[in-house]
Amino acid sequence: MSTIPITPDPSDEPWILPDRGTIGMACLIIAESAIFVIFVVAYIFYMGQSLSGPTPRQVLELPIFTTICLLSSSFTLHWAVVALRKSKLGAFNAWLATTVVLGAIFLIGTGMEWYHLIYVDGLTIQTNLFGTTFYSLVGLHATHVIVGLLMLIAALIFGLTGHVTEKHAHRMDVLSLYWHFVDAVWVIVFTVVYVLGR
Amino acid sequence: MADSVSGLSSVEAIDLTPVEKPRQLFLEVLYDWVTTVDHKKIGLMYIAYSLTFLVIGGIEAIVMRIQLAVPHNTFVSPEVFNRMFTLHGTTMVFFVGMPILFGFGNYLVPLMIGARDMAFPRLNAFSFWISAFGGFLLYYSFIGGSGLYGAGSAPDVGWFAYAPLTAKVFSPGHSTDYWTLSILLSGIGSIGTALNIVVTIICMRCPGMKLNRMPLLSWLYLVTGSMVFIAVSPLTAAQIMLMLDRYVGSHFFDTQAGGSAILWMHFFWIFGHPEVYILVLPAFAFANEIIPVFSRKAIFGYPAMVAASVGIGFISLSVWAHHMFAVGMGAGANVFFVFSTMIISVPTGIKIFNWLATIWGGKIRFASPMLFSVGFLFQFLIAGLTGIMLSVAPFDWQLTGSYFVVAHFHYVLVGAILFMIFAAFYYWYPKATGRMMSERLGKWHFWLMVIGFHMTFDFMHIPGLLGMPRRIYTYEPGRGWEIWNLIVSVGAVIQAIATLIFVYNLVHSYYKGEVAGNDPWDAWTLEWSTASPPPSYNFATTPIVHSRRPLWDIKHPEDPDWNYE
Repeated sequence: MSTIPITPDPSDEPWILPDRGTIGMACLIIAESAIFVIFVVAYIFYMGQSLSGPTPRQVLELPIFTTICLLSSSFTLHWAVVALRKSKLGAFNAWLATTVVLGAIFLIGTGMEWYHLIYVDGLTIQTNLFGTTFYSLVGLHATHVIVGLLMLIAALIFGLTGHVTEKHAHRMDVLSLYWHFVDAVWVIVFTVVYVLGR
Repeated sequence: MADSVSGLSSVEAIDLTPVEKPRQLFLEVLYDWVTTVDHKKIGLMYIAYSLTFLVIGGIEAIVMRIQLAVPHNTFVSPEVFNRMFTLHGTTMVFFVGMPILFGFGNYLVPLMIGARDMAFPRLNAFSFWISAFGGFLLYYSFIGGSGLYGAGSAPDVGWFAYAPLTAKVFSPGHSTDYWTLSILLSGIGSIGTALNIVVTIICMRCPGMKLNRMPLLSWLYLVTGSMVFIAVSPLTAAQIMLMLDRYVGSHFFDTQAGGSAILWMHFFWIFGHPEVYILVLPAFAFANEIIPVFSRKAIFGYPAMVAASVGIGFISLSVWAHHMFAVGMGAGANVFFVFSTMIISVPTGIKIFNWLATIWGGKIRFASPMLFSVGFLFQFLIAGLTGIMLSVAPFDWQLTGSYFVVAHFHYVLVGAILFMIFAAFYYWYPKATGRMMSERLGKWHFWLMVIGFHMTFDFMHIPGLLGMPRRIYTYEPGRGWEIWNLIVSVGAVIQAIATLIFVYNLVHSYYKGEVAGNDPWDAWTLEWSTASPPPSYNFATTPIVHSRRPLWDIKHPEDPDWNYE
């Protein structure tokens, strides 16, 4: 029992493992991507298959302003995390608040679009296959935006009440991964629904 | 001392006396279990929950076999028969197969990689309870409709729930809603647990346990977990679509409004085929741990085993449409899925040869775990062979929807997976309870199970070849099916008796079994270095490993494994 190992003791090497939060979020993103893939495939599969109107060309308009808002919110969130890492708490709160506002503008934009589609153009989820696939895909994305916004608002409340310090930067990193994912999905949804679909 | 070299506690000092604990009130015990976040307790709850459903699903199988034993039987009505095969399939896949494997994963993975718990203990508890709620919800559908004898208003759309059978028009009432919701909930639970297992394996390994030193069980759970995100998530998405169709009147699978029934098949089998590998990879994982220990040899071809598992994981994602050869996808698609399906037999073959090479020349101990593993090897080979037959599209055209297919996939699910689950029970029961399971009852269980299994599923191929379709509630005499169906039914009853012996063994050994000690099988992986049952913190000191068989290094310091790796 007292023999010395012939090979050098590997425990001398530093033992560093990947971080749980990051890997966990990466796994969640893979799972969510698989869900989105199915909805996107259904959208593409049924493109132009509707038996009755209205068609996307008749009713859809490019949501360029809200798209710019959502995509730029990724940058503001990134700068918020950078500021937090440098312990600039004021800048962190400001950038985080901007992110929340930009995300909220996107959601309001979606809400106005849906209101217009439902009450003016008469397109509901029951109308035709376009309505079915449009509301489910865009709605699934909007649900993810809502969840992300709720988490960002919680972080903002903690930030404003002084509970966030530099050592929480890592948690904000994990949260920002989710938000970047939601943005990346929007790029695909935008391309499929508003560019290819029209 | 070994302690200073490896950080493991010495194996010599084993306290064999069971510890006397103060008696707890029933409510206290219940409170402990319901609120626990300990991975071992959650693992055991998973296992208990799926064993309960195993018995329920088995009863459903027996009801079907009684009905089909003789022609023109009126034991159950056609409606009840439809409900029985729907619930049998759904229960066995979602509430027996996946939870029992996640249960073992939950219990074993942290112990084998030298961690104190899973990466996210509270997510773990949440995943268990939401899965369990899904299972109970499915059976809640029994209450209502035509009462218990008529099997209530249980789902009757088959476990594949093909559109447009699930449309509101063809499935009025709420039975299909129960089915959808329960699958959705248990799917969320499965994804949560899989995520947890993957993160645990990547981020919680003890010092020295590099990826190439992990026990193969951890490797296979890593692959299985990753497959669960990729394969169960599409099922969740498809269930959401089905719910939207049924509740708010969308048209995903509504053929009257231009929706497609084929799309549901694609979405279902994109989940459904990888699911077979999600179930069978943990069974391989148990074989990888049990066969070497009972052959007294290190596993043959560790890197090839890992590569084959990862290969199976990837290829399995591109084979789903072999369930749809007869749908009319066109020759190009059929050819692609024929070849992708055949290719998957290559890594599987590598695994079988590696197990045989491990057994070859070993000092074999035929204890119950090894008996079941040998049964697994033999039966899995036959299941693979009929699988290759069915992967040929013209052959599949003839036999799809016949009892030949039923016999084939039960060969995998029962002959391979269930046999390995039984092996795992006999192997790790001493670790979880501190007592050995009875070998005598184990041998009875094994031989009755083998006889019953082969009577049932070997002979089931024949009425399939003679043209007997699946899902029929009765049949005419004089087609040459009667004798085979009778043999099959008798075999099913023998299997049920064998399973009851097993359940009796589980309960009996818990109180009367021989005290096991820490390492009853003289094994080599980390879980055997701690007490049986393990304390809630698993290891007193975090182990440090230097090779693939850390316990071997401690027991044989003159000839440690790291000289050979």
